[in-house]
Amino acid sequence: MKRLLKFFRGYRKECVLGPLFKLLEASFELFIPILVRQIIDTGIPTGDTAYVRMRVLLMAALAFTGLVCSLTAQYFSARAAVGFATRVKSAVFSHVQGLSYTEIDRLGVSTLITRLTSDINTLQGGVNMVLRLFLRSPFIVFGAVIMAFTIDVRSAATFAVTVLLLSLVVYGIMLITIPMHKKVQNDLDKVTGSVRANLNGVRVIRAFGLEDKEKEHFGKANALLLKMQILSGRLSALMNPVTYVLINLGLCFLIGQGGSAVNSGRLTQGQVVALINYMSQILVELIKLANLIVQLTRALACAGRISSVLEEESSMNDGEKEYGGNGGAASLRFENVAFRFADSGGDAVSDVSFELNAGETLGIIGGTGSGKSSVANLIPRFYDATSGSVSINGTDVREYRLKSLRDHIAVVPQRSVLFSGSVRDNLKWGKKDATDEELFEALKQAQAYDFIMEKEGGLDYTVAQGGSNFSGGQKQRLAIARALVRQPAILIMDDSTSALDYATDAALRSAIKNMEKRPTTVIVSQRSASIMHADKILVLDAGKPVGLGTHEELLKDCPVYREIYESQFGAEK
Amino acid sequence: MKGNGKTIKKILHYLKPYWFFMLCSVIFAAASSLLALYLPVLTGEAVDLLLGKGKVDMDGIAAIIIKIAILISLSAAGQWIMNACNNHVAYCSVRDIRQSAFEKLQRLPLSYLDSHAAGDTMSRMIADVDSFADGLLMGFTQFFTGLLTIGGTLVLMLMIHKWVALTVIVLTPLSLFVAAFIAKNTSSLFKAQSKTRAVQTGIIDEMTGNIKLVQAFSHEEEAQALFDGNNEELGKISLKAIFFSSLTNPSTRFVNNLIYAMVALFGGKAVIDGLMGVGQLTAFLSYANQYTKPFNEISGVMTELQNSITCAGRVFELIEELPEPEDPAEPEEPECAEGAVSIKNVSFSYDKSRSLLTDLNLEVPAGKRIAIVGPTGCGKTTLINLLMRFYDVDAGSIEVDGKDIRKRSRRSLRAGYGMVLQETWLKPGTIKENISLGKPEATDEEIEEAARRSHAHSFIMQLKDGYDTVIGEDGGQLSQGQKQLICISRIMLSLPPMLILDEATSSIDTRTEMKIQDAFAKMMQGRTSFIVAHRLSTIKEADTILVMKDGNIIEKGRHAELLEQGGFYSKLYRSQYEM
Repeated sequence: MKRLLKFFRGYRKECVLGPLFKLLEASFELFIPILVRQIIDTGIPTGDTAYVRMRVLLMAALAFTGLVCSLTAQYFSARAAVGFATRVKSAVFSHVQGLSYTEIDRLGVSTLITRLTSDINTLQGGVNMVLRLFLRSPFIVFGAVIMAFTIDVRSAATFAVTVLLLSLVVYGIMLITIPMHKKVQNDLDKVTGSVRANLNGVRVIRAFGLEDKEKEHFGKANALLLKMQILSGRLSALMNPVTYVLINLGLCFLIGQGGSAVNSGRLTQGQVVALINYMSQILVELIKLANLIVQLTRALACAGRISSVLEEESSMNDGEKEYGGNGGAASLRFENVAFRFADSGGDAVSDVSFELNAGETLGIIGGTGSGKSSVANLIPRFYDATSGSVSINGTDVREYRLKSLRDHIAVVPQRSVLFSGSVRDNLKWGKKDATDEELFEALKQAQAYDFIMEKEGGLDYTVAQGGSNFSGGQKQRLAIARALVRQPAILIMDDSTSALDYATDAALRSAIKNMEKRPTTVIVSQRSASIMHADKILVLDAGKPVGLGTHEELLKDCPVYREIYESQFGAEK
Repeated sequence: MKGNGKTIKKILHYLKPYWFFMLCSVIFAAASSLLALYLPVLTGEAVDLLLGKGKVDMDGIAAIIIKIAILISLSAAGQWIMNACNNHVAYCSVRDIRQSAFEKLQRLPLSYLDSHAAGDTMSRMIADVDSFADGLLMGFTQFFTGLLTIGGTLVLMLMIHKWVALTVIVLTPLSLFVAAFIAKNTSSLFKAQSKTRAVQTGIIDEMTGNIKLVQAFSHEEEAQALFDGNNEELGKISLKAIFFSSLTNPSTRFVNNLIYAMVALFGGKAVIDGLMGVGQLTAFLSYANQYTKPFNEISGVMTELQNSITCAGRVFELIEELPEPEDPAEPEEPECAEGAVSIKNVSFSYDKSRSLLTDLNLEVPAGKRIAIVGPTGCGKTTLINLLMRFYDVDAGSIEVDGKDIRKRSRRSLRAGYGMVLQETWLKPGTIKENISLGKPEATDEEIEEAARRSHAHSFIMQLKDGYDTVIGEDGGQLSQGQKQLICISRIMLSLPPMLILDEATSSIDTRTEMKIQDAFAKMMQGRTSFIVAHRLSTIKEADTILVMKDGNIIEKGRHAELLEQGGFYSKLYRSQYEM
């Protein structure tokens, strides 16, 4: 939580002035019962209309100053809350950008998005409320008690006891209902889960005729939610009546006490009326306070969640060396590399060693879960090797400055993602200052030139969010073009041609081969055809290398490779 | 406000079963607020007894105190019962609404579900229904009591003193005007705010959702700059929106305080003139406080209700979507389930302005294996959608075992098919439940046997609880290939007479695929099968290969025949072997 407090820096003035003006306004409110008392005790018995008029004018003046004060308070607290939230958001966004893959895997992207959006919004509302209102209610409650003391110490004891009892009751009810609210939330999550499952799995559910079963299942989750809601609702509904009863019992006591005090001449009628007015002020404020606390706990929970994101440290240390190179391809070397995902019992890959000269192509093949992508991910330091070393141009990748390293590597990921913007914007991710000629060249190499040119506006054609206006194969080709624009030293294609038909795949490979500045290329694939012409092929099986060599060598010596090949091309070939 | 009437009618329909609780709620609300209103009168009477030293009627005061105690207990009890009734009505009707929305979900045509984002449908069923419940609750709790309090206070004030009461009545609308004025001027700010916020959510969604890619292209600085630019803008708009909207409370409070002061002035004068007692003045003052409060509450409730009606409207839209055409009342089921399929002159398109399948004809004798190949978007998956009757044909007909599938019940038609899709879907639950989806009565041995045949057994046994391992949403820790193996186990268990395999092994590595090939081949024997696959090796054995392009069958025949023809298929096939 401390981590978040520092974002108030620069808004210190607002944070102090906001509540201060609010308190000023509240204290004016506390004077009202005194003025009423004076009217009753002094103005009325003497029949002095001018006196009454004076007091009423004072009331109006107080109301006006109160208005000015509270407007000032609203302004300062809105400024502080919005400024705070804006800075927290920017900081969290930037922090998330700096997390390594390991942390992102653990936290999950969807949580990060919720925290950046709805959690911070809730927090902003919470901060605003605290600055504006949270101090006000307790201040009025205690102020009223103190004012009661100035009027009459003995009656004020009634106030103290009532407030104490009330706080206990309010606290107790909240103590019980807050966990119940959480349970309601959990039950609601189950209902949500059921709906989501039915939306995503609609074809399977209908194919298997499971509609009735699902209805029943949903009905159960729904009924459970209802039961919890009603139970927690009943308890929360106690809050108002109970506070109401307690306050008014206090009032009864006050009237009784006040009666005898007036009778004995210790108090005047007006003083008792003032005491009664203070009591009702307390009632109003306490009810507000209870509602506030419920909202506050929500904001606090959000603050905790946001803070925990900021507490995540990237597990990756940046190196210092700049990537040298001459703009050409780089050599790549793996030495006894093993890699294990955090929180995982076994190595994802181990004992990987190979050497690749500048401009050569490495194919990595193996079954699902054999560790192909893990090997590729170590090259741009998406993850760090657990043991052994990965080096580029003879330098361990951990010694390079991350940004300078990644600037020279281009990756085509398994799942091709495009961003909203124009085709040009997307391609320029590869190279910020690329000319149109360079973009066209990359599109041609990626076999994407023709379909882009058919689109209205060509490079200026708008890509919808998530790239939904392109087919899977087109998206893959654009993702490849985006990588080629960079003219990287190393090109990594992580199973990124799966949606291309074989003819296009083949044309793409030969285009890369004929590139003017041919990069060192690493192709991860399940398809033999995609990698069989590589200079070297690494065969992985369950995280262990079981073969390294050319297609012909492996076909002869590596049974796993032969099996894969034959499974795709048939044994007769 | 237009169109609200209809929505309100529909809401009332859902509330109807709970009319008794609603009646109780109204009765108890009336009782508790009227009792509460009477309280200041009693307090005033007590104050009037406090005349000064030695002149206080202590017995009178004791009597009043007892009255007050009874009054507040009754009022509090009434309030609690009212709240409990409201909870009951709101939550129960919301449960009913969700249930009917869910039931509609099961009957919506696939065309609706495919063309509407799942997120949108979900937010209708979850978030919208929730805000509807909130609004309903708030409306019930505050609207009626608010109205009663206003009415009751009016009457009581008029009874105490006409002229002072009139002052209050005349001045109160002032605070309403102020509130309405502010609300009118801030709504455009709020609209601007939500627009900018939507842009921000878009940026967060893209950049954080694809954070790995952002890092891979070291695009972090650009992303941050883009975000910060929008964030600053949002900050400015939010500040304005929040500040101006927060003017409401202080402003109305100011007006209320003025009214209070006026009551003190006129009331004070009236007391001096002997027109009323001090106790009545105090009662009046507390009424003046109470009287303005419900006005503010009700204007809050009105916006909340408005919002809740909009939300309800969105849910009702979903509930009222046109469902799939009903199954025929007397379905004509074929006598035997052999699996002969004939497609006659079928035309179909998703988007009526662009035709996809036109005049498609195909005879598939029972037990044959049909492979469908072709480039993306050629209509392969569409054909499957039509066979399963996820969509209905626009023209022509599809017959299975000599009966038009539209004359059969969907359930019996679909029960005849075993389907494995590229997009695997596992139900949240145990592995066992997932495998036995099509045959819930299967024994553990049968399930294990099916899993063995699909080579899923070994990895299932490596999971923590074997077949009882619970898999979460989206299949949790299982890889795409493993999920496909489980889906294959499903049909290996249920063994229906016809099979549809749409890229069923696309995520399974080819070695494993080869190993389950035998099991597949055995299963396909005697079963009419439709296979869509990318890997040509998996379809070489088919009895007929259909090559589709742009919704038409452009080539048709066995593997060897098609290669000889030297057409599209042979080009596709050769690209696998030649560079």
